[in-house]
Amino acid sequence: MRLILRNLGFYLLAFWASITLNFVLPRFMPGDPVSRMFAQAQGTMQPDQIAQLRKLFGLDNRPLWEQYVSYVKSVFTGDLGISITRFPTPVTDVIGSQIGWTLLLGGVALVVAAVLGNLLGIVAAWRRGGVLDSAFPPLLIFVGSFPYFWLAMGALYLFGVSLNWFPLRHAYDVGLTPGFNGEFLSNVGTHLVLPALTIVLVSIGGWMLGMRNTMIATAAEDYITMAEAKGLSPSRIMFRYAARNALLPSVTNFGMALGFVVGGALLTEVVFAYPGIGYQLLMAVQGLDYPLMQGIFLTITAAVLIANFLVDLVYVRLDPRVRVR
Amino acid sequence: MTAIDIATATTPTVPARTIRRRGLVRQLIDSKKALTGLILLALFALLALLAPVLAPGDPSLINSTGSQAPSAAHWLGTTAKGQDVLALTLWGARSSLFVGFTVGLVATGVAIVVGLAAAYFGRIMDDALTLVTNIFLLLPGLPLLIILAAFLPPGTSTVILVLVVTGWAGSARVLRAQAKSIRGKDFVAAAVVTGERPLRIMFREILPNMASVVMTTLLGCVIFGIGAQAGLEFLGLGDSSVVSWGTNLYWASNDGALMTGTWWAFVPSGLCIALVAFALALVNYAVDEITNPRLRNRRARRERRG
Repeated sequence: MRLILRNLGFYLLAFWASITLNFVLPRFMPGDPVSRMFAQAQGTMQPDQIAQLRKLFGLDNRPLWEQYVSYVKSVFTGDLGISITRFPTPVTDVIGSQIGWTLLLGGVALVVAAVLGNLLGIVAAWRRGGVLDSAFPPLLIFVGSFPYFWLAMGALYLFGVSLNWFPLRHAYDVGLTPGFNGEFLSNVGTHLVLPALTIVLVSIGGWMLGMRNTMIATAAEDYITMAEAKGLSPSRIMFRYAARNALLPSVTNFGMALGFVVGGALLTEVVFAYPGIGYQLLMAVQGLDYPLMQGIFLTITAAVLIANFLVDLVYVRLDPRVRVR
Repeated sequence: MTAIDIATATTPTVPARTIRRRGLVRQLIDSKKALTGLILLALFALLALLAPVLAPGDPSLINSTGSQAPSAAHWLGTTAKGQDVLALTLWGARSSLFVGFTVGLVATGVAIVVGLAAAYFGRIMDDALTLVTNIFLLLPGLPLLIILAAFLPPGTSTVILVLVVTGWAGSARVLRAQAKSIRGKDFVAAAVVTGERPLRIMFREILPNMASVVMTTLLGCVIFGIGAQAGLEFLGLGDSSVVSWGTNLYWASNDGALMTGTWWAFVPSGLCIALVAFALALVNYAVDEITNPRLRNRRARRERRG
């Protein structure tokens, strides 16, 4: 319990640091974002909007610490400002309406890749030198070497443009009303296949090799020999004895990957014009929507923090040694 | 693991280490995987160095009609604008490899110092460094660079700086974990008791025992550097006036190469990135096999049998 509280405090501290970074960035970078935005907006910007922007970027006349206090306060009350490109929608509303798609895409891809990859890794390590062990790793490393977006574009070209098997962009067909009915869900499903598939393809090799290598190390431990000597069934030794312990690094990786689900699918989202927050971040940059950019950045860092904290909780349960620290 | 630890514990002398290191190099060349990777890397380095000889002149110069399929005049065809794709690919290797290796080396250096210091000193030092590491871990590279690119003037040095800033933390975490387990071994305790200086223990006693992890980290950082750079430039956030594999893909995508079916504008640069990353991964894989005694012994036994 004390360990959990200690970790919680630590993550709060880290979150505070990321808020501070968000505060510092626009204030200590060269250039004046407000005039840049004003120039781009070419007169369509309202005067009160400009005043509000100046306030946001610390260009009003209050002392720095006062701006800092009110900035931290507004973040913790969930006020991330107003989006410029979607004026007057609050940044939190923009993020809230799109984070679900990102979680769906990244979550599905992550779970599929992690489960398949770990299983492949376990089996490959258990049958050293078998077909799976010798043919799969090089193949997966090669596939995993391609840039995310490049594979995504290739898949889009092959299965979308040429074969016309899957839709090219967006999360569901235009004109369809979102709802929990078979038609809508299957439509969302077919839109999900290509983007998720490309992420799985690129990331599965890492999971498999990581698991394979720890499994090999674990399989040589004395307690495995002991279990074999006791005459336990191979599958029991494989999963309950070896894999359970070899899984620890994978749990850490899973947690870190979980945090990056929010920001990690960015390139895939851009290629498929999938309406997640990664795609939105690029749109915000192109529209010089600084409040939205910062809001999305803060959301991504928060996601990473929460995921890491959850992994710590799981780790304490899985590895008794942590508790003794 | 244990075999190496015992060896160092009993004979922590320089000659023993040199023999081991020479063995690593020879074994790398003996390994088919590593040799393939190293030859591929050397080939790309050569192409990058010889780009001014093989494709003289400005590669982004428009010297032909657009969207030509590969032919004798243009081996890899031309872009929609009418630039020679082969020249763009050759010259692109220079920027991509330079940024990738610079990022890899600097990020690994930072990770080694932070990871070793955290593991060796422990307590407050460990807490402080782990805090800093975690903070940098949660600054996700791509979103952070996107934010920075919105404020900073785009350029190669900006790309390198931000990739190092966002790329070292993961490696530091791995190196710290490894160093921590070695820190707990008897021979380190013995060195501490005999009054060795901390820096000496960190870099002469602990670091040599994690050579394979450091190597893996370095290769991983270079792969990260090349891939992340390509991703950024693809989004149009690098310096789009520089010719690199990433900007080549950015322009190909911008000119609608995919939709018009001009695959030759699009395939070479992506394939080059993949081949370099693949070569690095192959070497990485071989290092794992060679330096992990368990993997090595099993492998050697199998070869003898077969």
